Amino acid sequence: MLTKRIIPCLDIKDGRVVKGVNFINLKDAGDPVQNAAFYDSQGADEIVFLDITASYEKRKTTLELVRNVAETIFLPFTVGGGIRTIEDIRALLNAGCDKVSINTAAVKDPLFVKKASSRFGSQCIVVAIDAKCTLKTRTSQRWEVFINGGRTATGIDALIWARRMERFGAGEILLTSMDYDGTKEGYDIELTRRVSESVRIPVIASGGAGNLDHLYDALTEGKADAVLAASIFHFRQYSVNEAKRYLKKKNVAVRL
Amino acid sequence: MIAVIDYGMGNIRSVQKALEVSGARTKIASYAEDLAGCEKIVLPGVGAFGDAMKELRRRGLERAIRAAIAEGRLFLGLCLGLQILFEESEEAPGVKGLSVLKGSVKKFRFSDNTLKVPHMGWNNITFKDHNSKTRLKKTILDGIKDGSYVYFVHSYYVKPADRTLTLTTTNYGVDFVSGVHKDNVYGLQFHPEKSQSVGLSILKNFIGLK
Repeated sequence: MLTKRIIPCLDIKDGRVVKGVNFINLKDAGDPVQNAAFYDSQGADEIVFLDITASYEKRKTTLELVRNVAETIFLPFTVGGGIRTIEDIRALLNAGCDKVSINTAAVKDPLFVKKASSRFGSQCIVVAIDAKCTLKTRTSQRWEVFINGGRTATGIDALIWARRMERFGAGEILLTSMDYDGTKEGYDIELTRRVSESVRIPVIASGGAGNLDHLYDALTEGKADAVLAASIFHFRQYSVNEAKRYLKKKNVAVRL
Repeated sequence: MIAVIDYGMGNIRSVQKALEVSGARTKIASYAEDLAGCEKIVLPGVGAFGDAMKELRRRGLERAIRAAIAEGRLFLGLCLGLQILFEESEEAPGVKGLSVLKGSVKKFRFSDNTLKVPHMGWNNITFKDHNSKTRLKKTILDGIKDGSYVYFVHSYYVKPADRTLTLTTTNYGVDFVSGVHKDNVYGLQFHPEKSQSVGLSILKNFIGLK
């Protein structure tokens, strides 16, 4: 039976992990390979690296990181952040990552997603959507797509956008709720469910995980295929293995 | 020496690394002549059936692979590398595959809305009944537990004409064939190079096959 995926997310800056596993057991908390190996040993199903490096020049260090991770960890991993061109994607895939996540560039040029997926295959093109609720009445709710790290509103409806990206060849949607991200109050279940029901490709829920019930809710009520979480794992509130055992007890199919 | 075939279809580095970590000496083979002197061949690949066949033909690898298999060299096809062992695929109607194995490649089609395509993530491999433990001992599944989790990413699956080729099946809406074996030829729908210790054990077995 296909299992639900638990995916820790690591923020990367200049080739180093900036929001990573919280010290203990790691000789070097900023080393991407050690962080990835740590989650690998805990039973993570995939790992996502979010590159927040600002300058184009320093992006070369990201490629080096991808190469090092790929040589050590035999687990699928995704790199996202600042990907703009077919060349960016080719370089990352050749360095050894399995998927790339595209956000701003997809909104600026939706055909980029089409080109990328026909060139490299849908399986490696993840479209990341940062969504924020902009309208909420008793009977309806609307979420808008934001870009540039959540700074710029686009006026695009998140559900329509997800469907469009699926048509353009996205293999997966990484959906982050800007309203819930960082709150630790749980994922935006309504948003997750609505997007998941709108597309036939897998949806990864992101933003808001504060405890294990939140993961459970996103995977059941929210109908997500996978959950992404950062702080609950980094600060060792829970281990990935603990999260999986909890989910299994509640009859969610996970790989243990 | 194991030849890892590079025909421009996605990243082959992780496959090569996983083989090396498992103890193999490897070589990237981009053209027919690169297969010389390699006793084993691994055909990885992500991407589309039609493009893959076109690229293999252009590089002279189609005939070279068929010849190597006919000679009895051990061969392992992964994901798309499994699919193109067959005769044809719904992904590229009219394109002839390597046709080393009889059968075709089908697309996942579900009336059930909850099943997503691609089939992506960790799923079990189930051994077929005709594969007794003693029979598996001489295959790439030696020592692997029935029901082990491995990593899949695909929208198409193979349908061998000969059922006895089936090494493992996996359930995703249907029971599909996730592993095949015929003589010196193996094919896996999943990615052992992304399946942690289970995957590395399978590759190690392949490396050890005589």
